[in-house]
Amino acid sequence: MSVSKYWREMPHRYRMEAGKCRKCGNVHFPKRLVCAECGERKFETITLSREGNLETYTIIHVAPSRFSDQVPYAIGIVRLKEGVKILSQISDCDLKKLATGMPLRIEFRRISEDGAAGIIHYGYKCVPL
Amino acid sequence: MSRDVAVIGIGLSRWGELWESSLRDIFVEAAQSAIDDAGVDKIDSMYIGNMTAGIFTGQEHLAALMADYLGVTPIPAARVESACASGGLAVKMGYMDVALGLSDVVLVGGVEKMTDVGTDEATYALATAADQDYEVYHGITFPGLYAMMARSHMLKYGTTREQLAEVAVKNHYHGSMNPLAQYPQKITLEQVMNSVMIADPLRILDCSPITDGAAAIILCPLDLAKKISKKPPVRIKGFGHATASIALHNRSDLTSLPATAKAAQLAYKMAETSPEKIDLCEVHDCFTIAEICVIEELGFAARGKGGDATASGATRLGGKIPVNVSGGLKSKGHPVGATGVAQIVEIVTQLRGEGGARQVENARTGLSQNMGGSGGSTLVHILEVV
Repeated sequence: MSVSKYWREMPHRYRMEAGKCRKCGNVHFPKRLVCAECGERKFETITLSREGNLETYTIIHVAPSRFSDQVPYAIGIVRLKEGVKILSQISDCDLKKLATGMPLRIEFRRISEDGAAGIIHYGYKCVPL
Repeated sequence: MSRDVAVIGIGLSRWGELWESSLRDIFVEAAQSAIDDAGVDKIDSMYIGNMTAGIFTGQEHLAALMADYLGVTPIPAARVESACASGGLAVKMGYMDVALGLSDVVLVGGVEKMTDVGTDEATYALATAADQDYEVYHGITFPGLYAMMARSHMLKYGTTREQLAEVAVKNHYHGSMNPLAQYPQKITLEQVMNSVMIADPLRILDCSPITDGAAAIILCPLDLAKKISKKPPVRIKGFGHATASIALHNRSDLTSLPATAKAAQLAYKMAETSPEKIDLCEVHDCFTIAEICVIEELGFAARGKGGDATASGATRLGGKIPVNVSGGLKSKGHPVGATGVAQIVEIVTQLRGEGGARQVENARTGLSQNMGGSGGSTLVHILEVV
């Protein structure tokens, strides 16, 4: 992955920055230039709470090559308190005990890496509360 | 002033792992077959659906390449892309060309050459239809996205793992009657339920395969079709085209496909028809759960009852609304850019009464639904034999 492509997403991936629409209050993650709900173009940058609930999930058994050393691993769609949903890996959990609705906390983790000498990709993962 | 548009020619290349055939060979094979079927001696323009030949083969600039190798330069040609709905989009573009009077005879093709790369690179290529920065970055795959839809559907509506499997069993049964299907073998419920796990709860036999293949159709004004077509012309009565968030997590309901719902609504309105008047349909069963969600959005099953409808046999050949009598993407194969055009080929085959063992009785009106990614784009077409 190019350095610029990685660098420009860091506010979202490292700090969970989101955009709150100044007109309708809708929260978008990642930040957008236009509100998908009302068309407003002005946003306030907010930091998302790091807690949410698991809405749905899967366990990946056949993974893209960058993730093949991690199988089997869980990925879920998580609804945060602000109403925003994110997709992320669910870590540090017994795969058999995953359940929709379970409370999760967002942590800063290593996601994958570009081979032995490339960029290490960091970002958010969810773990059981 | 818009003209009525008819399909007067259809053609498919061979589908499968065609190691001996190049991207251009496969396209020309299907295009020539459609030209011969229509009996036309010239075409005025061409649209080609293709998802990502650039990644699969390193080749872009497909429109001119294909016009050259089909021997039809200098006609205008364009390649269009909407992930797995590229073929359906090409059909819409061809329709518009004819309807607006820009061209009289248009060739619409779709092509994908997927086996020049290994499984890893093919997985990467297909994943470009998802949100790279907020889905793929985290290690999700397409089976994984549809698996999450499946889990939501099971939780919300009580859809069972067996009902998902029934989709695959049905479509392979249909495909067993299609001489062009890539995987024509019949399969059992047990085989699906015990096949290798890919993304829980989806197993390998819930997934459509990787396929090399092409499809083509010839469009012209209905008035001209009535004069020159040797076979019954099939009119495109309506279409719908819509988009939705490509990131699954940005959708409010993970069991619904809003782009398909909207495209269907537009197509029914334009064709002045409704689900109960459709005799057969070809839908985008890239995964078993997709067919269940799609038939609900199209109005062939009540919300949440797609699994029940499948298990009841309603969507089987001979049932109330036969779905994917070609074998669908699951059994016939899924060369992504070709799929939307191949669906039209099957509908026209059926409406002409040329379906052989898999012919739907008294088929007059058919519908096709082709979608990109996890449902971010959808094309619906409604056709009727004249």
